[in-house]
Amino acid sequence: MSTTNQNSLLRFTTAGSVDDGKSTLIGRLLYDSKSIFEDQLEAVENSSRKKGLENADLSLLTDGLRAEREQGITIDVAYRYFATPRRKFIIADTPGHVQYTRNMVTGASTADLAIILIDARHGLVEQTHRHSFIASLLGIKHLVVCVNKMDLVDFNEDAYQTITSAFRNFSSRLDIPDIKFIPISALLGDNVVEASAKMPWYEGGTLLSHLEEVHVGSDRNLQDCRFPIQYVIRPQTDEARDFRGYAGRIASGVFKVGDEVVALPSGMQSSVKEIFVGADAVERAFPPQSVTITLESDIDLSRGDMLVRENNQPQSLQEIDAQLCWMGEEGLNPGVRYIVRHGTTEVKSMIREVLYKVDINTLHRNEDDKQVGMNDIARVRLRTASPLLADDYRRNRTTGSFILIDPGTNLTVAAGFVS
Amino acid sequence: MTQDYQLDHLDELEAESMFVLREVAAQFERPAILFSGGKDSIVVTHLAAKAFAPARIPMPLVHIDTGHNFLETLEFRDALAERLGVQLVVGSVQATIDAGRVREETGAQASRNRLQTTTLLDTIEEGKYDACIGGARRDEEKARAKERFFSHRDDFGQWDPKHQRPELWNLFNGNHMPGEHFRVFPLNNWTELDIWNYITREKIALPSLYFAHDRKCVVRDGVILAHSEHLPHRDGETPEMMRVRFRTLGDLTITGAIASDADTLEKITAEVAATRITERGGRVDDKRSETSMEDRKKEGYF
Repeated sequence: MSTTNQNSLLRFTTAGSVDDGKSTLIGRLLYDSKSIFEDQLEAVENSSRKKGLENADLSLLTDGLRAEREQGITIDVAYRYFATPRRKFIIADTPGHVQYTRNMVTGASTADLAIILIDARHGLVEQTHRHSFIASLLGIKHLVVCVNKMDLVDFNEDAYQTITSAFRNFSSRLDIPDIKFIPISALLGDNVVEASAKMPWYEGGTLLSHLEEVHVGSDRNLQDCRFPIQYVIRPQTDEARDFRGYAGRIASGVFKVGDEVVALPSGMQSSVKEIFVGADAVERAFPPQSVTITLESDIDLSRGDMLVRENNQPQSLQEIDAQLCWMGEEGLNPGVRYIVRHGTTEVKSMIREVLYKVDINTLHRNEDDKQVGMNDIARVRLRTASPLLADDYRRNRTTGSFILIDPGTNLTVAAGFVS
Repeated sequence: MTQDYQLDHLDELEAESMFVLREVAAQFERPAILFSGGKDSIVVTHLAAKAFAPARIPMPLVHIDTGHNFLETLEFRDALAERLGVQLVVGSVQATIDAGRVREETGAQASRNRLQTTTLLDTIEEGKYDACIGGARRDEEKARAKERFFSHRDDFGQWDPKHQRPELWNLFNGNHMPGEHFRVFPLNNWTELDIWNYITREKIALPSLYFAHDRKCVVRDGVILAHSEHLPHRDGETPEMMRVRFRTLGDLTITGAIASDADTLEKITAEVAATRITERGGRVDDKRSETSMEDRKKEGYF
C-alpha cells in the first residue's frame, strides 16, 4: 500500500433539476478547487455564447451527448472528478426530471454520501422528499442538506431555521444516521469552498471542508466475513502446477491468514493459507479489496460460492422479500422468468406477488395498484431456482443487492434490495 | 499498511479495476484487451497481470496498427507481450486500405484515425471477441463521462448512448446475443493524475515518448506535431528541433506534443498536477467538432 499518497476516496451523489442550482454548485466545486481545465472552460464559454447566454453554462461541461446539447437536457448519470490535497472525489450527478428515480438510484448505488439541494425561497418540495427517500432506500448513511440561494432571502437565519426544522421533522421517517445542514449560495460561492462573511450566525464549516472530513470508513461492514468467489485462478504452469487461488472482492468482514472458514453452499471447512494482492502476499484483507485466497485443504470451489465464518453465515434464501426499483421501459410482467444477478451468481426467478407499491413522494403504501412500471418502487415476493446467499440490504450493501435481467432482451430492468 | 482498514484512493481504484477485469474473464467466452501502446492501456495490462497472478493474463492483447504509429510504441508493445507471455493480435489499417474496405483520407487534415474503426470492427469479428477491454477514462472527454463499465455494442459494433443499461452497485450485466459485443472500461473512475501517480508507485515501464526528449517537430495551428514521413508539410512549415514529450500516444499525424523538460516520472506527475489544459487538448481528432468523439464512438471507435 502506498505511503506517499494517503488520501481516501469519497463517492457522492447530487440530485436535482436545473432550477435548484445543482449545476452551479458542481461548477463551483470544480472551479474553486481548480479542477476545470482552461480548454474545457473555453469550450463551454464558446458554446454558451453561441446559445446567446451571458454567463458560462457549466452544465455544458458534461452534457456532452449531441441530444443533450441540442435539447438542453441531461439524459443520464454523469460522473465528474475532482481532488483536493486531502481527498479524491467522484460525483455521480443525476438529472432531476425524466427517469429521475431510475437515474438517482443508479447514481446513489455506489455513493457514500448524498447532497440534497433546497431552494431557500421555496423550502421543502416534492422533489426533496423523493431524493431523501431514495438516499435512505439505497442505504446512504450521510446526507448533506444544502439550503441554497441564501442570497435571495437576504442571508436570513430564520428562513434557514424554518427549513432545517421542517426537514428534521420529515427525516424522522428516514433511516439516515448523519444529516448535516449548510446554508449556501452556490452562485456567489458562500459556504461552498470559501466561508461566508454574510452569515455570521452560521458556525459550521463549508460544504467542501465537510466533504473532506466526513468519515465514511466505519460505514463498511467489518463484522460479517463474506468473500464471494468471482473467478478461479489455476495457472497450470511449471512454476505453479498445484496453485488453486480463489479470486474475488471482499464484500464485508476481515479475512486473515490462518482463519477457519466455511465454503457455501457445500459447507466444507478449511482455513486460509495465503492471501495475495496481485503477486504480493498480505496478512489480511478487508472490503473493498480485490484479492486471491488459497486454502489449506484441497476443496474444489467455483464462481458463485462464498467463503464465510462458521458462526456468522448469510441466509440461504429461495423465497425472497425485496424492494424493487423498476427501470425497464416495459413494466413488470409476472409471466416472465427474470434472471437475478446477485453477487457472482445468476439464477432464474419468478415474481410470485407484488405486495404493494410505494408512493415515492409521500412514502404511502398503495396496495390497490399493482402495475409496476418504470421508476416505480414496489415490494415483491420472488422465488429463485436455487437459493441465494444473501444478507439484509441494511446490513450489507453487497450481499443484499441484486438486479433483474429480462431474459428476452438482456436488459437490466430492476434494482433489488433484500429486506 | 493501514491500521484502520482504510484504503487510499489508488488502492481503491486498483481494487475496482481488478474486479472489473476478473468479471470480464468470468462472464465472457472470448475477451481481449485493446492495446494502443499508450499509458492507459499499459496500466490496464499491468492491472490484468495483477488480477490473474500467478497465472498469465487469460486474454490476448489486440493492437490496431494504423501504419502511422511511432516506432517506439511498436517496439514497446512487442517487448511487453513477450515479457508477459501474452498472445499479441495485430489488425492492420494498411491491409484494410489495400483490400479496398476503406479509402485513405486526403487533404490537409488527412489522418487514419477514423479509418481504424473499420479495421477494429473487422478484427473483433475475425477474432470473435465478445468483450474488448479499453483504457478509456470518463474524465478524458465529455462523451465518455456517461460511459458504463460494461458498454453494450450492437451487431454492427455501434454504441447507443441513449439506451444504455443502468449500472448498479458492482453488478455488471454482460448478457448479450450472438454477434453483439461489449466494450469494457476498467479505468472509468481514474483521472490522468491518478494514472501518473499509479505508474510512479508501481514503477510501470513506459515508452520513451512520454519522457522529455529532443525531436524534430512542426507547429501547426498551435499544436506541436512530430516531423515524420507520414506528415506532409504545408507551405511555410519547416521542422525544428524542440524539447518535447507526449501526454497521449495516438498516431504520429494527430498527436500533439508539449514543450517540456520533464524526463522522470516524478517530474511528469508534478507537471500534470500543475497543468491547466486537458490531455486531449492536443488531439487534432477531438477538435473536428463539438461532438466528434461521440460520433466516432457511435460508429464503434475505441
